[in-house]
Amino acid sequence: MDIRIDKIRKEFGDFPALHDVSLNIRSGELIALLGPSGSGKTTLLRLVAGLEYPSQGRILFGEEDASWKSVQERNVGFVFQHYALFKHMTVFDNVAFGLRVRGSKDRPPKAEIRRRVEELIDMVQLSGMESRYPGQLSGGQRQRVALARAMAIEPRVLLLDEPFGALDAKVRKDLRKWLREFHDRTGHTTLFVTHDQEEALELADRVVVMSQGKIEQVGSADDIYDRPQSAFVFSFVGDSAKLPVTVANGDVTFRGAPTGLRTSVGNGEKHIFFRPRDIALQDDGPAFEGRILSMRRLAGARIAEIDAGLGEGAERVEIELPLGVPAEQGSVIRFLPHRFAIF
Amino acid sequence: MADQQSAPHHPRDAVSEPALVRWLLILISAIFLALFLVVPLGTVVGRVVVAGWGSFVDTISESDTQSAIRLTLSVAALAVPFNLVFGIAAAWAIAKFEFKGKTFLTTLIDLPFSVSPVISGLVYVLLFGADTWLGPQLKAMGFPIIFAFPGIFLATVFVTFPFIARELIPLMQAQGTADEEAAISLGASGWQTFIRVTLPNIKWALLYGVLLCNARAMGEFGAVSVVSGHVRGKTETMPLHIEALYNDYSTDGAFAVASLLAALALVTLILRTLLEVKFGADVGNGRHK
Ligand SMILES: Nc1ncnc2c1ncn2[C@@H]1O[C@H](COP(=O)(O)OP(=O)(O)O)[C@@H](O)[C@H]1O
Ligand SMILES: [Mg+2]
Repeated sequence: MDIRIDKIRKEFGDFPALHDVSLNIRSGELIALLGPSGSGKTTLLRLVAGLEYPSQGRILFGEEDASWKSVQERNVGFVFQHYALFKHMTVFDNVAFGLRVRGSKDRPPKAEIRRRVEELIDMVQLSGMESRYPGQLSGGQRQRVALARAMAIEPRVLLLDEPFGALDAKVRKDLRKWLREFHDRTGHTTLFVTHDQEEALELADRVVVMSQGKIEQVGSADDIYDRPQSAFVFSFVGDSAKLPVTVANGDVTFRGAPTGLRTSVGNGEKHIFFRPRDIALQDDGPAFEGRILSMRRLAGARIAEIDAGLGEGAERVEIELPLGVPAEQGSVIRFLPHRFAIF
Repeated sequence: MADQQSAPHHPRDAVSEPALVRWLLILISAIFLALFLVVPLGTVVGRVVVAGWGSFVDTISESDTQSAIRLTLSVAALAVPFNLVFGIAAAWAIAKFEFKGKTFLTTLIDLPFSVSPVISGLVYVLLFGADTWLGPQLKAMGFPIIFAFPGIFLATVFVTFPFIARELIPLMQAQGTADEEAAISLGASGWQTFIRVTLPNIKWALLYGVLLCNARAMGEFGAVSVVSGHVRGKTETMPLHIEALYNDYSTDGAFAVASLLAALALVTLILRTLLEVKFGADVGNGRHK
């Protein structure tokens, strides 16, 4: 089912947690909400679920305006950050909860509930653990119980808040792959929150980057990584270097010296952003100049921290040096980014 | 460290005191408890034993004593459920919602702990007494408050209402609302959420609060004394009856009834200990002042 988030604003008291957020989600998509802590991801997810109501704007489920519908009416599957499993119930009872609380008209017969719950438990690979309590499960298993419980009500959309946040790195990676397969198999429209860019870029069809209650950019992993649309996205996603520059009629100057770079950005004091590896060393001609402060070795390259201010004030950036280039701490190097953005 | 393979040693716990201090503290507490708790309680039981079983049965089967026991039991039977409902509602509101005046409400719940029980009783005399507007009206309608069952009930409720609420508030605050949100997101109604999720989460703390509340409801003297009027066989609760017997120089009788109340305290204590041993994590979070 399509979901349309239409100019949503949400205030807590005077504090606007979301300003004017709009987003269209297509049926069957797997969407990641990515942003630093406090950027409003959970708030947006809770608004879609109906656990929170917007101060302004609408949320449409398909053609129907769901903005003022209760959580129960919305029929969404919500997986909470810390799972919120009912700890006095077994795995089976947790998963069956959503079916058992239905009114007598909609409640499937006992045998049918049993069949469906067992099917779900099987789907999340927890067969044989039906009669365990949440306290007797590992983090990754709890996570999957929470998912099965949410799926039991046959939700129209699946919402997950930091689904892997509380797990260790190895389990995280496994579950990530597993969730992608699960999504492809079930085809649910899925929205998940994360502050881990690797997770978002690897897993999602589209990534929504958020900052300070606003959407900064929506796009595929390639869009977000290769074509960031704002300074925030450039520095939040992936490694980046940032230097202050002046733009005059398309010419980019750094500390009064021309760099030879051209841009279509308007005149003014700006910042140039580039990836550490997107540079080429220059022998002569205009370039950025800097002294190497320190170097460290990564697998296939060397990372040099340089002071591009050449002593006057610290403009520290990190760039990647090819292995063959002679360079050492204290030597001066000249470089130009061959891919960059100016904001 | 060079000698990690050497013989196992027992590092002293960083917060533990030297043995001498530890034993001294334990000894002091034990002596204190013995002097102020065990000796008096022992005396009560001792008196009853010395007076003999016959005298005990005589006092207990007296009609005034019987009536006092009945009154105490019925007041507790009404006041405890009343405070159960109030306690859950108040704890729920304070732990799970944000609203203006929350701190004030929390302080208000503690009021009976900080106010002298005499004043708690006096409040109702001032509200419903003979020289008020409301009191005589109600009395004329055949529903007297002061010097009657309703007054005793009200005073008891007032004195005992913090017990359950205070037991639940810290627990419910620690639990947060995630479980309830999970339940409603799965389609449960408010009532289903309460019965199936909230209640099981708090049941042991609730039981514990009920025990404390009940013990106090049966044992309250000061507040009840002010509103009861001390009519023998009518408005005398067990604690009041004990005092009356004692003032009549019927010391053995007083100790006989007292031993019943003491037995109640003992039962409460035992149940409470059992609860704490079994469900230590949930119970006993609310520290009483
Ligand atoms: N119930 C609330 N009351 C007040 N402020 C809130 C509430 N929920 C969230 N906020 C605030 O809204 C902002 C966004 O929070 P949240 O959506 O939880 O961020 P994220 O999930 O991206 O870390 C934060 O500054 C947070 O403090
Ligand atoms: Mg969050």
